[in-house]
Amino acid sequence: MRYVDEFRDPDLIARASAEIYRLADPEKHYRILEVCGGHTHAIYRFGLKDVLPSNIELIHGPGCPVCVLPMGRIDDGLAVAQREGVIFAAFGDMMRVPGTFGSPLEHKARGTDVRVVYSPADALQMAKKNPDKHVMFFAIGFETTAPSTALTLQRARAEGIQNFSVFCNHVTIIPAMRAILDSPDMRLDGFIGPGHVSTVIGCRPYEWIARNERKPVVTSGFEPLDLLQSIIMLLRQLGAGEARVENQYKRVVPWDGNPAALDAMAKVLTLRPYFEWRGLGFISQSALKIRDEFAAWDAEQRFQIPGTRVTDPKAAQCGEVLKGVLKPAQCKLFGKECTPEHPIGALMVSSEGSCAAHYNYEHRKAEAMVATISSVA
Amino acid sequence: MRFRDPQIEMAHGAGGKASRKLVEGLFAPILFAGSGELLADAAHVAVGNASIAITTDSFVVKPLRFPGGSIGELAVNGTMNDLAVSGARGEAMVVTFILEEGLPTSVLEYEIRAMADALDRAGVKLVGGDTKVVERGKADGMYITTTGIGSPLPGVSVDARSVRPGDRILLSGPIGDHGITILLARGELDLEADLSSDSRCVLPLIEAMAIEAAPGIRWMRDPTRGGVATSLNELARDSGLGIVLSEEAIPIRDEVRGACELLGLDPLHIANEGQFLAVVAPEYADAALHALNCTEGGERAICIGEVRQEPARSVLVTTRYGGSRIADMLIGDALPRIC
Repeated sequence: MRYVDEFRDPDLIARASAEIYRLADPEKHYRILEVCGGHTHAIYRFGLKDVLPSNIELIHGPGCPVCVLPMGRIDDGLAVAQREGVIFAAFGDMMRVPGTFGSPLEHKARGTDVRVVYSPADALQMAKKNPDKHVMFFAIGFETTAPSTALTLQRARAEGIQNFSVFCNHVTIIPAMRAILDSPDMRLDGFIGPGHVSTVIGCRPYEWIARNERKPVVTSGFEPLDLLQSIIMLLRQLGAGEARVENQYKRVVPWDGNPAALDAMAKVLTLRPYFEWRGLGFISQSALKIRDEFAAWDAEQRFQIPGTRVTDPKAAQCGEVLKGVLKPAQCKLFGKECTPEHPIGALMVSSEGSCAAHYNYEHRKAEAMVATISSVA
Repeated sequence: MRFRDPQIEMAHGAGGKASRKLVEGLFAPILFAGSGELLADAAHVAVGNASIAITTDSFVVKPLRFPGGSIGELAVNGTMNDLAVSGARGEAMVVTFILEEGLPTSVLEYEIRAMADALDRAGVKLVGGDTKVVERGKADGMYITTTGIGSPLPGVSVDARSVRPGDRILLSGPIGDHGITILLARGELDLEADLSSDSRCVLPLIEAMAIEAAPGIRWMRDPTRGGVATSLNELARDSGLGIVLSEEAIPIRDEVRGACELLGLDPLHIANEGQFLAVVAPEYADAALHALNCTEGGERAICIGEVRQEPARSVLVTTRYGGSRIADMLIGDALPRIC
């Protein structure tokens, strides 16, 4: 398959792996944080740790939108969904995220009208098809998904669709990276920069990390070869004592981002003064809300929102895992009370959450022989 | 383990972990207490001097018709395949239709004819049936339940407990066609692909394999809901052994791969309706594979891995470049109603 197979080519991967072994100083321990949950998922899914030297430690970052959403927001969204005639529409990732009184799917089983959509435009379409209902799209995501929410709101206003609203939980990536860097127990050598977010915001917003924090950032694609090449680029910078922003994912990410997407976001959405992140606490100017011009389509302005605040279960150490201080398996609940079937923390729900990725792909692997099957294939 | 979920959710019908927990935690302890038998696709029971295989399956697929098949034909093949992978040839079938008020007769007739054709192809007699009608809005057009009985294939005995390290894992053909076809046929995604369901009766393939390798066949399963990963995890659990797969050996059409990449699905979790997995003793593996490859519809059958002592009770997928990952059972409900 084009654009996939060439980035999973075994010979190229073997060469990239050999280059990483050559570049990595065996006396050093490298701590590299991949910001994006998509990268976390890919690293586990492709078993990339198996081709990396043991002194390269990959730390899983906060770039999983479902994982950083505080439970109170889910409760608030589901509270609106209880109203007569409301359809709660959200991405599939949201469906199993636990709220105080159960996940959206559990609410569905009890009779709430909960539906999966693949884009906010689908939710708007649903509103047109169900004029006697109100469709509320529960929007999550970083700058990757925010432009499509913005464009959908523009369309809703242009077409005068009244029975549609957005419960906006969009967050921005840079403040989260700043929070990680400010965390006192964090020692990092470099960043694998988010791929999809950067298609929208470009690479410039990371320049302060290189300049002020002296850490290299390499924006990366999601295939095995992309990630290995990004690690090579980071090691080369570290070896030369440099700290620059580089773009490995040039086939998708423009250095200056996507002006049309940024423009749509700027017209429809604006920064909130502060927003609560699961595990990271309140971060100022870290999330987006809907501008007043679009208030009629803003679920938070249109409905009475309880404004629920829920503290995470004490035993769950999502915050420490999210910040990369603890490995998933070091959490007291991992694989015991907290599993993908019965997640307690959100990191166990989304396939991009580091706990779920670790549980699905890595858990039990220690017992496994690192095997190449000689007798088959 | 007792079933603790407070209510039934779609995941309990998705064929993955939640389904297994429902069956093992609620149905089995009450209905099959003390039977000690492993849960299989069909039961083999003694009636007088004869041994017969019996199984039952319900079909709630939406939409009723999809590229490559429809509910009427699926209701025959699904049940006959459950018999086939338990080592039996389907002989007779009974059917129950639950019809929704307002269902056009033409739609029903189409499905009855599709069922008749499938019965004909499988060489199976329909020997009885029942019909119920429910109010509009209660049954998505129609639901069908079929029950099949079959006679054991001579010399074939399948039991997860007979599986040994070193056994080979054979797969009859490309995976994921059915699940992805249904997903696209629902029209909720703006995606199109030239793809059709793999729905078919797999008995001819299994019979061909049995002629050459019957004593070596240790276990078979048709990886329907929950896909190949779920079926092999059940084998790993029931046998206490490890399953090691070679990712590149697993045949997957580009259309299926593309849709999975796009939607974030794992092809190993996607349903099939015309494929089966067979665990075959190593000394019989080549003969079994050759027999499959020489039979119509088995050209792409291939060995995808082998049974190992470790990782016990798990499925490990290895890549050509030396990475590996665990493939777990399907958790939750990846797809809408598919069969």
